[in-house]
Amino acid sequence: METFVNRIDQVGVQERVARLFSRSIKKESKINALHTVLSMIDLTTLEGKDSPGKVKQLCYKAVHLHDQFPSLPSVAAICVYPTMVPIAKKALENTNINVASVATAFPSGMASLEYKLNEVKMVVADGADEVDMVISRGKFLRGEYTYVADEISAVKEACGKAHLKVILETGELVTLDNVRLASDIAMKAGADFIKTSTGKVSPAATPPVVLVMLEAIRDYYKKTGKKIGMKPAGGISKAKLAIQYLVMIKETLGQDWLHADLFRFGASSLANDVLMQIVKQSTSVYQSANYFSMD
Amino acid sequence: MKTKTKKTDWFYSPAPESTDHIQINRKNDLFIDGKFIQPKKGKYFKTINPANEQKLADVAEADQSDVDKAVKAARTAYDKVWSKMDPAERGKYIYRIARLIQERAREFSIIETMDGGKPIRESRDIDIPLVSAHFFYYAGWADKLEYAFPGKKAKPIGVAGQIIPWNFPLLMAAWKLAPALATGNTVILKPAETTPLTAMKLAEIIQEADLPPGVVNIINGAGKTGQALVEHPDINKIAFTGSTDVGKLIMKSVAGTGKKYTLELGGKAANIIFEDAAIDQAVEGIVDGIFFNQGHVCCAGSRLFVQESVAETVISKLKDRMESLIVGDPLDKNTDIGAINSKMQLDKIKMYVDIGQKEGALIHQSSCSLPEKGYWHAPTIFTDVSQSHRIVQEEIFGPVLAIQTFRTVDEVIAKANNTPYGLSGGVWTDKGAKIFQVSKAIRSGVLWANTFNKFDPTSPFGGYKESGMGREGGLEGLMPYVNLV
Repeated sequence: METFVNRIDQVGVQERVARLFSRSIKKESKINALHTVLSMIDLTTLEGKDSPGKVKQLCYKAVHLHDQFPSLPSVAAICVYPTMVPIAKKALENTNINVASVATAFPSGMASLEYKLNEVKMVVADGADEVDMVISRGKFLRGEYTYVADEISAVKEACGKAHLKVILETGELVTLDNVRLASDIAMKAGADFIKTSTGKVSPAATPPVVLVMLEAIRDYYKKTGKKIGMKPAGGISKAKLAIQYLVMIKETLGQDWLHADLFRFGASSLANDVLMQIVKQSTSVYQSANYFSMD
Repeated sequence: MKTKTKKTDWFYSPAPESTDHIQINRKNDLFIDGKFIQPKKGKYFKTINPANEQKLADVAEADQSDVDKAVKAARTAYDKVWSKMDPAERGKYIYRIARLIQERAREFSIIETMDGGKPIRESRDIDIPLVSAHFFYYAGWADKLEYAFPGKKAKPIGVAGQIIPWNFPLLMAAWKLAPALATGNTVILKPAETTPLTAMKLAEIIQEADLPPGVVNIINGAGKTGQALVEHPDINKIAFTGSTDVGKLIMKSVAGTGKKYTLELGGKAANIIFEDAAIDQAVEGIVDGIFFNQGHVCCAGSRLFVQESVAETVISKLKDRMESLIVGDPLDKNTDIGAINSKMQLDKIKMYVDIGQKEGALIHQSSCSLPEKGYWHAPTIFTDVSQSHRIVQEEIFGPVLAIQTFRTVDEVIAKANNTPYGLSGGVWTDKGAKIFQVSKAIRSGVLWANTFNKFDPTSPFGGYKESGMGREGGLEGLMPYVNLV
């Protein structure tokens, strides 16, 4: 278990966030940033009412973000519920877009380990390239850190070749000290990515939480040489905020993390706002939302 | 997982603040008795932009006869108008100045940055907002002095000579002017010779605010002008912010004259990081402590003490953080560290960096590239230093940090106090009790806990020992400007 406690001062974190977010990103750097943001998006649909049709539409959108601009990158992945994995996999055949599936009794994680491992094995067998698991927050908050770590390790093993993203659900962890500790535990237990939220709990990804997790990743890299990825999810719907997060990555972790292999945005409506900004940068006028497909 | 191969290096495009709408007067006269007048001898000196060495304007140099004229105007305004005015009316004028500064904040920030070299982020977000905040704060006291000093009558002192430094030009003017005016004194203000322009803009605002002529007079010049002001027999009070050497001269000069004085001088603050601190936030505090305003800060945290168990981590994180500091065009909104204020100051910083290396300290500098024109210095830290090193003992007033480690609380308190200065300090720990233990034991006017370089008009500021005497800011900041009867 973690022996050295990394303390977090919330006021200091908020000040640092404010400072980072005051960077002025204009012209060339803005256009580059918008393209990078697009390539980092995990286009997500996680609703009880999801249908095969909706997932297929989303997959099509992932490949054809805005055909009027042919040079645009595609998004990084599609993120869906387990039952939708075969449909997404088929729809994304012959593309370089990954299929990510939430698993481990998402979003609550309130199930037995056996149940969770079976679910993970199923989505991997169905072809999921990435697995987004949730940690057992109840156990974490009761101080059963070993249980949480062991569970992550077991899920990692069940993932096989699939990449594991560990969702901390920071909205339920409440303090930044907890966010830091959970990040440290998850990375040590085998996470390839750490992820803020399910999107089902408010608050989802907040800038202070993301900064604390990035700092944890930086310290882990310094100590072990391993590069862990980061995925803020939920509540990121505007291009401006996404660019501010790029600033945060650049100045906390450096250039290497400015890439979809190590950073993702879990978002459903962010792509269209970014597209709108990209079009605006080249035409100098904003188009209405009706000019961007809503899949 | 399918990985994507394309990698891009992402850099911030230049984002300079526009100067198109800024009007800098090419020629700046003396502001005496409510009017802009030429100096008697007709002498002017130039002020330059330290970021590119280009001349910005000519500024009138005041000699003895100009000082006489200014003091006379201030005396007349004091006797006939300002000391007799209903305090609530005085307050209205000060409120008006505060509002006008707010309205023209952008203009002030840009000129401050051009004339002094500090990044626009700081002049825009820190200096100028604090300037108006100080005027607002002291405007409020003008008609409430009976509550500040219960049971006493607070009478103004008379004519105050105020000499301010170049590191926070307009902010230091506000610190000095606001309490003096609120308490009914009249003023002759002398800005530093490298940064006179925002004070001259302030003169325009004072005119616009319709302040009675002679209440505030602004004259420029170097040491000689300052000396004439200090030695003038009709001055009742001297307020000085600047170097300890000049502070000592002023003390000698006013000894036995009955003149009141406040001095805000140098510092060599200890910034103390305990092993139980929030380390990443403490590293930010170290950066704010020493690299804020290129280290041209009297209360800069220039002596860093790190507990030995976390020293390696802290220093390694600090070095990483230094790499992300953007050094360059002060007008660029993304610049973290701007230009050194003057050639003279740059030479002084370089001299100390040289001394540090000769003394055997280990130097580390950020790998940033520096512009060719102008005065620049890379963020610099020294390790392997001791209390006996000159770079630990003497004020450098630049982006140069001396780092020592310590083992126990008692040791660090003793070392923190082992200095002729006593202006500020910082302590970083997660333990509340330790904050109180350490802050009580350190002899400094200001001590920040888990933060650094925070300023507010309600909070008194000033030093012990060679860092000066008297307090500015807060209720205490009224006292140097009143006689209590």
